[in-house]
Amino acid sequence: MPIDILMPALSPTMEKGNLARWLKKEGDKIKPGDVLAEIETDKATMEVEAVVEGVLVKIVVPEGTADVPVDDVIGLITGEGEDAKSVASRPSPVREKTLDAPPAAPNTPAVAPRTPNGESGPRIFASPLARRIAMESGLDLASITGSGPHGRIIERDVKAALAHGPAAVPAQDTKAPSVPLPTPPDELTRKNFAPDSFEEIPHDSMRKTIARRLVEASRTIPHFYLTADGNLDALMSLREAINAAAPKDKEGKPAYKISVNDFIVKALALALIRIPDANVTWTETAMLKHKHADIGVAVAIPGGLITPIVRAAETKSLSVISSEMKDFSSRARARKLRPEEYQGGSSAVSNLGMFGTKSFSAIINPPQATILAVGAAEPRVVVKGGASVVATLLSVTLSCDHRAVDGVLGAKLLAAFKDLLEQPAGMLA
Amino acid sequence: MAEPYDILIIGGGPGGYVAAIRAAQLGFKTAVVEREHLGGICLNWGCIPTKALLRSAEIFHYLNHAKDYGLKVDGKIGFDPAVVVKRSRAVSAQLNNGVGFLLKKNKVDVIWGEARIAKPGEVLVSTSKKPAMQPPNPVPKGILGPGTYLAKNIIVATGARPRVIPGVEPDGKLIWTYFEAMVPEKFPKSLIVVGSGAIGIEFASFYRTMGTQVIVVEILPQILPAEDVEIAAHARKHFEKQGIEILISTTVTRAEKKPDCVVAAIEDSRGATQALEAERLISAAGVTGNAENLGLETLGVKIERGIIVADGMGRTNVPGIYAIGDVAGPPMLAHKAEHEGVICVEAIKGLDPHPMEKTMIPSCTYCNPQIASVGLTEAKAKELGFEVRIGRFPFIGNGKAIALGEPEGLVKTIFDAKTGKLLGAHMAGAEVTELIQGFVIAMNCETTEGELINSIFPHPTLSEMMHESALDAYRRVIHL
Repeated sequence: MPIDILMPALSPTMEKGNLARWLKKEGDKIKPGDVLAEIETDKATMEVEAVVEGVLVKIVVPEGTADVPVDDVIGLITGEGEDAKSVASRPSPVREKTLDAPPAAPNTPAVAPRTPNGESGPRIFASPLARRIAMESGLDLASITGSGPHGRIIERDVKAALAHGPAAVPAQDTKAPSVPLPTPPDELTRKNFAPDSFEEIPHDSMRKTIARRLVEASRTIPHFYLTADGNLDALMSLREAINAAAPKDKEGKPAYKISVNDFIVKALALALIRIPDANVTWTETAMLKHKHADIGVAVAIPGGLITPIVRAAETKSLSVISSEMKDFSSRARARKLRPEEYQGGSSAVSNLGMFGTKSFSAIINPPQATILAVGAAEPRVVVKGGASVVATLLSVTLSCDHRAVDGVLGAKLLAAFKDLLEQPAGMLA
Repeated sequence: MAEPYDILIIGGGPGGYVAAIRAAQLGFKTAVVEREHLGGICLNWGCIPTKALLRSAEIFHYLNHAKDYGLKVDGKIGFDPAVVVKRSRAVSAQLNNGVGFLLKKNKVDVIWGEARIAKPGEVLVSTSKKPAMQPPNPVPKGILGPGTYLAKNIIVATGARPRVIPGVEPDGKLIWTYFEAMVPEKFPKSLIVVGSGAIGIEFASFYRTMGTQVIVVEILPQILPAEDVEIAAHARKHFEKQGIEILISTTVTRAEKKPDCVVAAIEDSRGATQALEAERLISAAGVTGNAENLGLETLGVKIERGIIVADGMGRTNVPGIYAIGDVAGPPMLAHKAEHEGVICVEAIKGLDPHPMEKTMIPSCTYCNPQIASVGLTEAKAKELGFEVRIGRFPFIGNGKAIALGEPEGLVKTIFDAKTGKLLGAHMAGAEVTELIQGFVIAMNCETTEGELINSIFPHPTLSEMMHESALDAYRRVIHL
């Protein structure tokens, strides 16, 4: 590969400069430290030094050229032992510059700067402490405006964002034209009530996070909802049989006790694998199609809720899912879950059946594309073979992110789920 | 009357003259009123001349230990107090002259005299009645004289002066303040130092090295009261090893002047009294702001206990009047004053300077061993509710320290266990005053332990101990 000689920046703010003079000719042998050219701005002159050995095979920008953008290729050097001729014939990478041409993309380096979470995109300038606090609170740095030098995000910006939610500060990401709805100031809200008619409980960080994330989700995700009823008769008897077969320890305690919810988690995971187009995450540039079904399960804890993720739930047996959920629930209540245990996922289950809720719809928890709201399993009269019979029915509502999952796709996912629920032996395969 | 100044600064100390230069850089028509010496106490009677004295003491100390390094000194090693003092004054004079040059270069007017603010926007300057400290540095050339001067913005940067302990009033002969302690005719055989802050401890260290019997009396239960308790204890051990006697939780109730000696009545926390006799006594019980006789009370400027109340940008409660440096409150340090001066002027310009962050102000004491710190002490961090991770690294584990023959010292780091934020760093030992800036920059960049651990520290240097201390906080220390 030939090595590009780039227009250097004499200062961090320099955007372009003049190529005053070439001190080497095409064909000259170059060794590290040789001065190749002189660059000048209105403030300073700087020498461009070679850092590699080779031959200056091509001068791309001739001397005396004014206003050369920083990082433009001004010349080419062959690498060590490289054939100069093959390089010289390489088409010039320099762009046509005319006044009314659209601004060219900056000459991106081969390796894009790494952002802290490893995602691509423009580098976000943030202090080490700000990065760490944001990461540990699950806060996206891109949603924060920095107040440090040159707009760098510092500790106080992250803390302010955690306290007030990023909507309070202008979003840096202009791609998402989310217009924050005006929220009435707290004072106005309080005025609705007699001063001593309420007690004021300050928000903790979990409450603030829930508020921020759900406002964001309901503002940015175009939700639609699909509802279906499933017959649980077969599942209930299978569950009974499985639990009855559980080996017991000395105290007579069974090794596992599978809940209806464990079946639902497994059924949703398998349904996502059967309908892989629905096992996705929306991003602005691409659809992320997941290889496994990671299912979040909403767990109510004092003061809020958290959604630990059963990873690759389609690969796990019901008893494994069951024991994982028990572990998650107890650690969630102790607020001992690690961020990696509740971040991510492609879908989720929110189950309010135990409280007698018949059916409801849930707000999608980004980056997931769907969430399944599960109501109570209850005996209902159904028509079977022309006759009224009593069966155990369950109503579920699937919320879908319309950017990622269209109506038919969502309906197929729900049908696959219902099929697994009603023929639960399919989950044991 | 001449065109009004954009900014007029009362006081040409490190706060005032730096503010003036920054103001001039920003295009303001600027003046500084000074009654005695450009560069203030810092440069004329504080930081700088004491560093010159301590350098003499340090070299004297090395000469006395020359044989430890395989060197031979033939003849008697001694000193000439007059020449030691003369060198210190010459250092001060050189820098004093430099400040005059810098102000002139930046086209800042220097008005010589005592200032009084008649009303916002108007300052009366009269000839100073305060007798100048001897020997004075020369009055700069090209100055303006007494008169009425108009200014859109007035910055009070009048500094501070030694606090007087009742019953221990300095007389300039037997009972000294730092002024007299800096220009002694001879080094006393014995000395009582009242107060163990930076000023007291530096003089104690200087005079002890020069052979004086030194007793330090501290009212609080810890010497160097602003420092981390562990560092203060470490320093105390070494001071005592050098022969400095230290009395803590002890007050001086009265000092009686005898012919060529002082008898100090002291009382400890249990009420036990005792009389100490020494040739001289240095009163170093802190400093107090110069907020009087400026006309501030008449204008309604808020003053609390000798300190002008100002916000993080130097603004007082009266528009157009600002206060920076010692007179605007502790910590009373030159670098804090300079920084406040710059912030204040930039805020007047309408720039967006960061407000003063007092927890980021480093502190240095140039005794032997040197003391340097920044941020929270361990006790303060815990008091603020931080769960802390502490790292410690002793000089004895550092190759460069051993090679220098300076195996005594400690680098202590304090991290927030939750976020890894560096909360504070505290050091005692050789050259730590030059090391602390590494931690200061790190803290200002909001470092966590990660950046310190990942940084490569050059070998062999004393700075490696900063690395090791951070490693120790995370149980990764290598050379321990």
